[in-house]
Amino acid sequence: MSDATYIEIKSLYKVFGGQPKSILPRIEAGESKQKILDETGHTVGLKDINLTIKRSEIFVIMGLSGSGKSTLVRHFNRLIEPTQGQILVEGEDVLQLNKAHLQEFRRQKMSMVFQHFGLMPHHTVLENVAFGLKTQGVAKGERNRKASKWLADVGLDGYEQQYPAQLSGGQQQRVGLARALCTDADILLMDEAFSALDPLIRSEMQDQLIELQEKLHKTIIFITHDLDEALRLGDRIAILKDGELIQCGEPREILLEPVNDYVEAFVRDVNRARALTVENVMKPPAVRITTSTIGEAITQMKASPKGYGYVVSDEGYEGAVLQETLEDAVEGEAVASDPITDEYYADATEVSPDALLEEVIPDTLDTEYPLPVVGVDGELKGVLSRTRLAKILGKTA
Amino acid sequence: MSTWLYLRDYTYVTMPAMTTSSNNSSWFNEFPELSRETLVSIRKSLDTSYREFSREYGDNIDAFFDPLLSFLVWFEKFLLAAPWSLVIAVIVAITYIAARSWKLSLGVTIALFMIGLFGMWEDTMSTLSIITVSTLLSILIGIPVGILMARSDKTQTVVTPILDVMQTMPAFVYLIPVVMLLGIGKIPGLIAVIIYAIPPVIRLTNLGIRLVDKEILEAAVSYGVSPMQKLLNVQLPLALPNIMAGINQTIMMALAMVVIASMIGVTGLGQPVLRSINNQYFALGLFNGLAIVVLAIIFDRVSQAYGKRSQRYLGGNES
Repeated sequence: MSDATYIEIKSLYKVFGGQPKSILPRIEAGESKQKILDETGHTVGLKDINLTIKRSEIFVIMGLSGSGKSTLVRHFNRLIEPTQGQILVEGEDVLQLNKAHLQEFRRQKMSMVFQHFGLMPHHTVLENVAFGLKTQGVAKGERNRKASKWLADVGLDGYEQQYPAQLSGGQQQRVGLARALCTDADILLMDEAFSALDPLIRSEMQDQLIELQEKLHKTIIFITHDLDEALRLGDRIAILKDGELIQCGEPREILLEPVNDYVEAFVRDVNRARALTVENVMKPPAVRITTSTIGEAITQMKASPKGYGYVVSDEGYEGAVLQETLEDAVEGEAVASDPITDEYYADATEVSPDALLEEVIPDTLDTEYPLPVVGVDGELKGVLSRTRLAKILGKTA
Repeated sequence: MSTWLYLRDYTYVTMPAMTTSSNNSSWFNEFPELSRETLVSIRKSLDTSYREFSREYGDNIDAFFDPLLSFLVWFEKFLLAAPWSLVIAVIVAITYIAARSWKLSLGVTIALFMIGLFGMWEDTMSTLSIITVSTLLSILIGIPVGILMARSDKTQTVVTPILDVMQTMPAFVYLIPVVMLLGIGKIPGLIAVIIYAIPPVIRLTNLGIRLVDKEILEAAVSYGVSPMQKLLNVQLPLALPNIMAGINQTIMMALAMVVIASMIGVTGLGQPVLRSINNQYFALGLFNGLAIVVLAIIFDRVSQAYGKRSQRYLGGNES
């Protein structure tokens, strides 16, 4: 177990039905879910799930309905008991906890946000947010003070005394989020938390979650069926299908290196321009000019048919030059031994490796040659050509 | 056709003896019932053993119910001794607190006043006392039973048929063992009323708890509630509308049982009704019947209004 591993799931199986244990050998023998259902009436919910989740990351579990994602997330706090397997949180097996310890674990370690909010309709908004603390036995004044603070943090101050039925869906889910944050639990389970909201509210909530996460550094396990949402929020993404883990990796890996047709079909409709950053798709620069004189620069450029180059010095990226510009200069009054000065640099916009493709599309279209990608320390990281961009984005069609 | 007639005649003739004989055709057409002697002896042995049981334990059971009896008698005396104006004032106050409606409170005042005017005040107070006590006891017993039922499917499969029997068995039938055990009086009447009236509150408590939104329960559990916190803070409050409907039904059934219970010595509005059946006094029966209706309406409206108010949080923007 590496230091970064916070939660680990080891060969987790879940079978629904009368004698779940008796079905395990069939699953291990590789019988299909459908066959097992037809012959034994048991439903295979999860099959040999292995995952590691790092501290302070947003880990997205994605799949279509029936893929077992909601079943999986309910194993983390044992709302559902697995048929076989281990769930380790900081090396401690959650499944070994007795009733009292489990109760304590749920109070302190994890909190959960639900698809349909799961708010108590007979409690006011404030009481709902304070619910976890009340369960822990925190005194009323203390818990109400904390609850008010979290309500304000999710932008709902003034709604304390309303009942959930009086709030819109988005507001109700903010209450759900505030309730989850109010217990100060390290781990946040979010089961399709934003799926019931309309698109505009959903993206607002996503922004809010990202913003909160920057401050709070929780370990978030986020369940969704929406790949765009997964790519937007996830530090890493696991894709489930029929209770099996298909692929697990960073958004870039999922998009650019799908392991099979299923994932490929899945990612086909994604708006890559919004999901990928420049760093994900850039190439190393074809011509890196490491000299400071015009003559040598022309020689270095002639080695490649490109007709342009990127000048780098010890301080990092200096600028892009066109072979044509330099040759014109030499034919004119400049001498081959003259240094390359600012006047020779082409008008090339530097782009940041963290920029979304969407943001750099206009710049690539304006420029004949690939745009230089320059990191924060001024170093030339790579180049992004419009043909490369077109190829990456073209896969969507 | 002739064979058929023949068979019928044959079986008819042999009927007294057929029960133990194994004649094929008669067995096919006539139910092979137990012989008269067997039936009589079964009934006899049941009766004797129950009689012995009641002789043996009757006094103990009587003694067990003594505190309840004294409470019942005290409560009835109290209602009768209290000035009528005060009783009306208290009932109207309860109505207002529960329902927050002036119209309903005014209606209750007028109805109670009319009862007194027609000379039924004392009987009404007797009935009110036994209804109140039997309802309270039904709630006290019924809600915990309903909770147990909701917690386990096994309990539910055991309790449901018992409730079915309690509700469908003619009330007169279970008056008999109660009277055999405890004689004629208030306590057996109370027990009969409770047996008859308790099923709705049990059923609807069970139903109400089972209908609580699964996600809300999951949410509560995921925040680490203890089973008791879950019951008191989530399940019961959310089941309350259904429980109130159950209590309401229980009260209505208790009122309906009052007349039957008067056969075994329960005082109140049931006795004049019983007298008017025996003597064909139409008007007397009607007046007392109407008084029962008035009590029923008061209980019903008050408990329903309370039930409705208890879930006002579901309403839109008025709070």
